[in-house]
Amino acid sequence: MVVRVQTEDFDVAREIALLRGSDARVGAVASFIGIVRDQNDAATVRTLTLEHYPGMTEKALVGIVDEARRRWSIIDAAVIHRVGKLAPTDQIVLVAVSSAHRGDAFAACEFIIDFLKTQAPFWKKEVTPDGERWVEARTSDDEAAARW
Amino acid sequence: MVELIYLARLRDRFGLPGESVALPGDVADVGALLAWLRSRGGAWSSELAPGRAVRVAVNKDVARADTPVRTGDEVALFPPVTGG
Repeated sequence: MVVRVQTEDFDVAREIALLRGSDARVGAVASFIGIVRDQNDAATVRTLTLEHYPGMTEKALVGIVDEARRRWSIIDAAVIHRVGKLAPTDQIVLVAVSSAHRGDAFAACEFIIDFLKTQAPFWKKEVTPDGERWVEARTSDDEAAARW
Repeated sequence: MVELIYLARLRDRFGLPGESVALPGDVADVGALLAWLRSRGGAWSSELAPGRAVRVAVNKDVARADTPVRTGDEVALFPPVTGG
């Protein structure tokens, strides 16, 4: 399992190659990449600053991946989340899951990002033409996590 | 002493990233700690008002109102998370 919080960008192809390794049991890899949009709640986003709670973040992410392992037959998973200052089109987060068959990889990948969004201690602050604002949590994210 | 940590919007509103506090004897869990902080008034009472969405972690694990708080613990207060 790879769980990383970092300021620098990540290379999706490289991370997926590392996740697969030379494991011949892997028949499927599903991935999700979160990207900074230029619009949020009817405002133009110039930059985004992500902060987290070091120590708790890693613990929470490992706990979410462990829960995915209990629920689905997955081989390995990687979660990489960026922090610091980001701009529209920048990558924020990568979730990648390997498994023997696609169903487990798809489901576990979606589960991990849904739980990350509602449980892992990250916060976004946006800079818009009207100034800075903390992003408010969305009910739709809670609903997405509650499905599982 | 208990180490309090304030994150994201709460740090901005309280104007500090955290503090070491000696808790009164009758403050033994998260619910009592929030009530005690609320009694400071100002941003403390408005941000931590009942009904406001405040999340708490004790020693980096998600806590509830009845989670015990003891000397030496690290207690973090933060708004609902918005990562991903």
